Amino acid sequence: MSNFFEKSDLSRKEAESIISDTLRKCDDGELYLENSKSESILLDDNKIKNSNYNSDLGFGFRAISDEVVAYSHSNEISKNSLKQSSENLKSTLKSAKGTYNHEIPKSNKKYYDNINPIEQKSLNEKIKILNDVNDYLRSKGDKVKQVTANFLGEQKSVEIIRCGGETLSDVRPLIRFNVSVMLEKNGRKETGVYGVGGRQSYDSYLKDENWKNVCDEALRIASVNLESKPAPAGEMKVVLGPGWPAILIHEAVGHGLEGDFNRKKTSAFHNLMGQKVASEGVTIIDDGTIDNRRGSLTIDDEGTPTEKTVLIENGILKNFMQDRLNARLMKTRSTGSGRRENYRHIVLPRMRNTMMLSGKQTQEEMIKAVDKGIFAVSFGGGQVDITSGKFVFNCTEAYEIVDGKIGSPIKGATLIGDGPSILKEVSMVGNDMMMDPGIGTCGKAGQGVPVGVAQPSILIDKMTVGGTKL
Amino acid sequence: MVKDQEFLEKKASYCLGLAKKLGATDSSVVVKNSVSETVNFRNSKLDESNRSDDLGISITTYIGKKKSSISSSNLLNDNLNILIEKCVETTKNTPEDEFNSLPDKDLLAKEARDLDLYDDSHIANDQKIDYLKKLEAAASNDKKIVNTESSFTQNKSNFVLANSEGFCDGYKTSSFTASSVTVAKDEKSMERDYEYSSKCFLKDLDDAEELGNLAANQTIRKLNPKKIGSEKIAIIFDKRIAKGILSTFASAISSSAISRGTSFLKDKINQKIFSDKINVFDKPDMLKGLGSRNFDTEGVKTDTLKLVDEGILKHYLIDTYNGKKLNLKSNGRCGGTSNLYFESGNTSFKDLLNSDSKSLYITETIGHGSNIVTGDYSVGATGFLVENGEFKYPINEITIAGNFKDMFQNITLANDLEFKYPTNSPTILIEGMVVAGK
Repeated sequence: MSNFFEKSDLSRKEAESIISDTLRKCDDGELYLENSKSESILLDDNKIKNSNYNSDLGFGFRAISDEVVAYSHSNEISKNSLKQSSENLKSTLKSAKGTYNHEIPKSNKKYYDNINPIEQKSLNEKIKILNDVNDYLRSKGDKVKQVTANFLGEQKSVEIIRCGGETLSDVRPLIRFNVSVMLEKNGRKETGVYGVGGRQSYDSYLKDENWKNVCDEALRIASVNLESKPAPAGEMKVVLGPGWPAILIHEAVGHGLEGDFNRKKTSAFHNLMGQKVASEGVTIIDDGTIDNRRGSLTIDDEGTPTEKTVLIENGILKNFMQDRLNARLMKTRSTGSGRRENYRHIVLPRMRNTMMLSGKQTQEEMIKAVDKGIFAVSFGGGQVDITSGKFVFNCTEAYEIVDGKIGSPIKGATLIGDGPSILKEVSMVGNDMMMDPGIGTCGKAGQGVPVGVAQPSILIDKMTVGGTKL
Repeated sequence: MVKDQEFLEKKASYCLGLAKKLGATDSSVVVKNSVSETVNFRNSKLDESNRSDDLGISITTYIGKKKSSISSSNLLNDNLNILIEKCVETTKNTPEDEFNSLPDKDLLAKEARDLDLYDDSHIANDQKIDYLKKLEAAASNDKKIVNTESSFTQNKSNFVLANSEGFCDGYKTSSFTASSVTVAKDEKSMERDYEYSSKCFLKDLDDAEELGNLAANQTIRKLNPKKIGSEKIAIIFDKRIAKGILSTFASAISSSAISRGTSFLKDKINQKIFSDKINVFDKPDMLKGLGSRNFDTEGVKTDTLKLVDEGILKHYLIDTYNGKKLNLKSNGRCGGTSNLYFESGNTSFKDLLNSDSKSLYITETIGHGSNIVTGDYSVGATGFLVENGEFKYPINEITIAGNFKDMFQNITLANDLEFKYPTNSPTILIEGMVVAGK
C-alpha cells in the first residue's frame, strides 16, 4: 500500500484534522488519494514503437451539501495544497448546515490480489512476446500487411479518508493485451482486432503461448471481413452472439439505469421502476464482485464495498445503480457503483460488469427462426442518448441470415435502437452466457473507467441496421 | 495561479541535464501546468464547483536510435531522479528503430510570435454564477424545458517544450467556456440538446441569454420525432457535425496512417479526392484561434498549409518519425492539425436547403462509425426532414451510411463558415447517401 504522507510536509493527523474541519457541516465528502503506475508497450509496423511508463500521484477533496458538490484536486500532497483546497470547498459551501453521514458498509471480501503486474514480467519478456506476435501473424501469408500489438499494465493504489479519520483503501491491478491485424487482398483492406485482460498478472492470460489465440481471433475477424459484402439497410431481425455483443445491454439499458440520470429525471427510464421494461426471461445484473474481472472492484471510489445489483428481473425494472450522493437524494442506499477515472474527477454512478443471464434456447434455434436478418458476432464501440433512449453500436463481424441459415459476411455497420423498448423485442434468450474477453472501457462525462459485459445469444425481433444496401 | 515560465524551464533543463548525465544521447521534455475553475448550475441552482490544478511532465530519452518515454504528475526532484533513471534504463533495453530521432535542427521554430492566445483576466466564481443565472433563466423560459444543466469554465495553461538540440520555448494560453444542456418534454417524447461557446478571451464569449435561448430552441424543435423509411437521399450536415467529416479527413492524411498503409487516402497525393470547388486549409497563425500554435509538439515550426486545392490533395500531416519513414520533411503537424477548415462555398444556406426537393438535415450523430482503413461510414443520426427548403418535422432512430471516397466527391459547401471550434466547416450537403430507418 502507498504511504501518501511519507514524503510530504503534511502528516496523516494534520490531514485528518483539515478533512474533519472542512466536512463537519457537510452531508458527505472525503479526501481521495491516488497513486498509480502504468506502462504501455507498443509494437507497430515491425518495430517496438513506444515504451512508456507513467507515474501519477494526487488527491481529490470533495464536500457535499444537499445537492451541491464542491471539488478540488491537485498533484501536490502538501499542507499548503490541502489547505487551499479546503478553502475552495468552504467558499462554495458557505451556508452548509448538514449532518455528516458516517455510515459506510464494511466487507472483508477481496476480488483480486495485491500485485503490481508491471513488475511481474520484465521488459525484455514483454518485448519478446510482441515480436513473437508480429512474426507469428506475418508468417500467415502475404495478405498480412500490418500488425499492431500492445501491453497496457497498471497498479492503482487508492485511499479514502472520511470525516473523523475513517480510512478505506484498495490496490487495483489491471492489464490488457491487444492485437490488431490488417489484411489486403485484391486491393481491398480490412482489419481485425482482439484483446484480453483483467485484474491479474500478464501471465494469467498469456502463458503457454495463449497469446496465439488472441492473434488467431484477430486474424479470423479480418479474414471474414475481406469477404464481406455491403450490409443491408432497414429494420430486420438481429441475432446477437454471446459475450462482447452485450455492449448492447450496456448502451441500451445500462446507462439509462445509472442513479444520477434518474434523480434528475433525464433518463428515459426514470418513471419506469417496477414496470415491465423487457421480455419475460430477461434478467440483467450489474456485478462488481466477480474475481479478477476488468469491471470488478473490492470497494468503489467512495469506499463502499461493491455488490451484485439486480437491475431487471424477469423483465421487471428493480434497481438503479447508485453512488452515495444520488442514493441519499433518492432515499435509498449506495450499490457500490460510485466510480471515477482518477483523482482529477468527481464520483459518478457507473457500471461494473453488466450481464444478461442465461435463458433456455440455443443459438441454432434463433438462427432458424429468422427469414431475413443479420447475425452479429463482434462489435467495436457503442453510444447512447440517455434522454431520447436511442443507442447505437458498431458491428465488426456480422453475417446475413437468409431463410434460417447463416449466409455471407457483411461489412461493418451501425445498429440503432430504442433503449426502453429494445428489450421487449427480445424473443429468445440463449443458454450460452459468456463474459467478454476483458477489454471494455466506458466513457461518461469525459471519464473512462474499465468495465465488463456478458450475455448469452439473443434474438431481437426488430432493429434498424445501418448498411448501404437498400 | 498557473506556474510561470521560469519554473517550467528550470524543471525542463534539470531533466535534460540529468538524462544526459545518465547516458541519453538525446532527450526532449514537456512540462505543463493547467489550472481550471468550473461552476455548474442545474435547474437554476448551484450544482457543483470544481477547481483543478494539474502539473505534468513527460520525458523522452534516446540512446542512438533507441527510444523510451516516461510521464508523471509528481515534479519533485526525488521522483524525477527515479523516473529518468528508469527511462534511460528502459531505453537501453528497447530495440533500435532507424527512424527514431529528434526533429532536424533547421526545422525547429525560431521565435514564438504572440498569437494573442492568453487573456490575463480572471472571472471569479461569483461572476460565473451571475452569467449562469442569466443563461439558465433564458434556457428554462419555455415550459417544455424540464431540465437545464449549464457550466462555466476558466482555464489557464502554461507549458515549456525543450530538447537537447537547444530548443526551449512555450507560452501561456487561456480559454473561457460556457455551455448549456437542456431537456425538453411533451406527452410523447423527451429530447436533449446543447449549445456552447469557447473563446481565448473572456470578452469574446457569447452572450449568456443568447446561449440559453439557442440551447432551449434547439431542444424544443426536436420534440415528437418520427422515424422515416430507408432510402437514398441527400444529407445536409449542420456545421457542428460537418466539422467531424473534416476531422476524419485529417486522421486519414496523418503521416502515421499513411506510412502504416492503414488509410483510404494513401498514395492520393496530387489526386482529386474532393469535388472541384473544395479547398481545405490548416492555418496555425490565426490570432486568438482555438487551434493556433507557434510550433508542433516536437518544436517544429508550423506554416499554413493548403491541404486540398480545388479538390486535389496536396499535403499529408507529417511529423518527424513518419516523415523519415516516408522520406518527407516534417511540416510541423506532430499532434495533428491547428485551425483546420473548409474554405466557405458559394451557395447560401437557404439555397442549400432548396437543392433537393427532399433531404435530411442532420444535427447530431452517435457512434464511432468512421473507418479510415476502408473509408466506410455508418452512424446513428437525429435531425429534420427538409422538403422544398423547409424543415418539416424532426426525425430520429435512423442511421446514415456511405463511403468517404464517394462522399468527398459529392460535397457542396454553403457560404456560412465561422470559426467556433479548432476545426470548422460551413454547412455541407452530400448527395447519394443511404438512410436506414423503418
